[in-house]
Amino acid sequence: MLDSDAYTDRVAEILEAHRGLEGPLLPILHAIQHAFGHVPDSAIPQIAAALTLSKAEVHGVVSFYHDFRDAPAGKHVIKLCRAESCQTMGADAVAERIKKALGVDWHGTTADGRVTLEPVFCLGLCACGPAAMVDGRLVGRVDESLVAEVAK
Amino acid sequence: MKIYVPLDSAAVALGADALVTAITSEAARRGVAVEVVRNGSRGMIWLEPLVEVASAAGRLGFGPMTLADVPGLFGDLTTHPKAIGLVEDHPWMRGQTRLTFARVGVVDPLSLDDYRAHGGLVGLDRAKSMTKAQIVTEVTDSGLRGRGGAGFPTGIKWRTVSEAAADQKYIVCNADEGDSATFADRMLMEGDPFTLIEGMAIAGLACGATKGYVYIRSEYPVAIRVMSQAVTIARAAGVLGAAFDMEIRVGAGAYVCGEETSLLNSLEGKRGVVRAKPPLPALQGFMGRPTVVNNVISLASVPVIMAKGAQHYRDFGLGRSRGTIPLQIAGNVKHGGLYECAFGLTLGQIVNDIGGGTASGRPVKAVQVGGPLGAWFPPSLFDTPFGYEEFAGKDGLIGHAGLTIADDTIDMLTMARFAMEFCAIESCGKCTPCRIGSTRGVETLDRLARGDSSAMPILTDLCNTMKLGSLCALGGFTPYPVMSAITHFPDDFARAKEAAE
Repeated sequence: MLDSDAYTDRVAEILEAHRGLEGPLLPILHAIQHAFGHVPDSAIPQIAAALTLSKAEVHGVVSFYHDFRDAPAGKHVIKLCRAESCQTMGADAVAERIKKALGVDWHGTTADGRVTLEPVFCLGLCACGPAAMVDGRLVGRVDESLVAEVAK
Repeated sequence: MKIYVPLDSAAVALGADALVTAITSEAARRGVAVEVVRNGSRGMIWLEPLVEVASAAGRLGFGPMTLADVPGLFGDLTTHPKAIGLVEDHPWMRGQTRLTFARVGVVDPLSLDDYRAHGGLVGLDRAKSMTKAQIVTEVTDSGLRGRGGAGFPTGIKWRTVSEAAADQKYIVCNADEGDSATFADRMLMEGDPFTLIEGMAIAGLACGATKGYVYIRSEYPVAIRVMSQAVTIARAAGVLGAAFDMEIRVGAGAYVCGEETSLLNSLEGKRGVVRAKPPLPALQGFMGRPTVVNNVISLASVPVIMAKGAQHYRDFGLGRSRGTIPLQIAGNVKHGGLYECAFGLTLGQIVNDIGGGTASGRPVKAVQVGGPLGAWFPPSLFDTPFGYEEFAGKDGLIGHAGLTIADDTIDMLTMARFAMEFCAIESCGKCTPCRIGSTRGVETLDRLARGDSSAMPILTDLCNTMKLGSLCALGGFTPYPVMSAITHFPDDFARAKEAAE
């Protein structure tokens, strides 16, 4: 469990940095995911102990929210909006072409670990759809040329 | 030379950041001193990125700008191919009544001096000279109703919290703007964050609350950044402090957290599961304490109400829908964006006159008003005036005032199925009608799609159960898009039958 040891110290720092907050669990989970790219299983008992919660409660929170991952994503993450406004601008067809180009379905990661494709329900770019977020960067009026941007 | 390039998400998504780099290097190449201000968006999304150049006559607009258009900004501006003239004189701007969004797109969002110079903090200063009850009365008299969608009178909610006895009370701003076609909260937070801060500080005074939280969805990185910076600036300037302070919190991708009680659970670090009411959040909200939970636009409308008086605000509007509403015109539309005006325009005026019809040039088939839980309206209902009661009277809702326009290529059975699928994905799982009903709804619509018309009575019955039996609006309102699609577009459901035969 070398990995677990590597996580433990950093998780402890994060827990310490969030002491005194009211309702600190979401900020803690965001910080852990920011540090490791996912919320490692081994962090859950440590968080639970620090917040005097049960492991089940912490696991329940982690698994409730779409944002938190239990394993790292691919090198690049494409989030494509699936909501109604983007659909009226052809988002479904764009999504199908991107899925085909990448060879993955929603939530899938390409075999080489290069790209993860995630659905998102609204980025607030509803007057310039279809919208996407690529590695945290917002893109309006997208088409399948998005795939070329994450080819490297 | 002073040039404005929006930092707004929509402008950035269409290339604004690259324009800043190009403008800076072009200016350096020419030896011209340029000050670039990152403003909010004016709301004319079809013109984004909309770059503005300050001139003696006013701010000249250029859009939609591409990198190739940048050198032209340093030449004769009157012949620039993307020139739209004075931004303030643009018909889209002139037709509006900008009260809540008066400063958005105009000011530097992170300059408190700019904020003051454009009338900021006048409302807070006035509130400081008033009693709690007087502030609550002013907000009640303005007729302001919750802009998140429920339309509950803001002043009444404040009074409940104000009169509750507790050692600690809270102001929570719901910035979990998850509805498709809505982006007013985002634009306000990105373009004029101090207005929200001022509104929350006034709410704090009115209710005796010393602590506030803004719960912003994680899909809004720019809003999170701008709001966080603005809070730091406001704290350093003494606008926030011992009397009232606030924190920015980030959601984690759960649509249901836009519902106030699940938002409170999420803020407390729990699963975003809906709470049964009573107790009302106004009496037992965040950490079990009396809590105001208001939408961004509700809170951001308070400073202008306090600055100009309740009467000024309530003089706009129709019926019981007082004041202005920031319409968000989206989807397949020629002129999409944010348009703030008094309540009362008809749906047809909004879609055709302001929005200019579809982007594709094809006929408008349907407009979904109020987000994914709102009804689809056909052109035959385009005479409906935009107001809470007026839309309720046509079995619809205005919600957060977002409009998704769709052309005649849209299939309403597909959209009805999507509504159920979305509810199934986003249900918090607490109540059965929503958790199970949405999945059964998808299956039932699939039966209809296969031509099994015997599924129709089951779907109608299911929608009735969800509407009456769900704990919150997610399960309770999902029937709106489904039943409106069936009622107004029966052919789309019948065609599927013929295809199967």
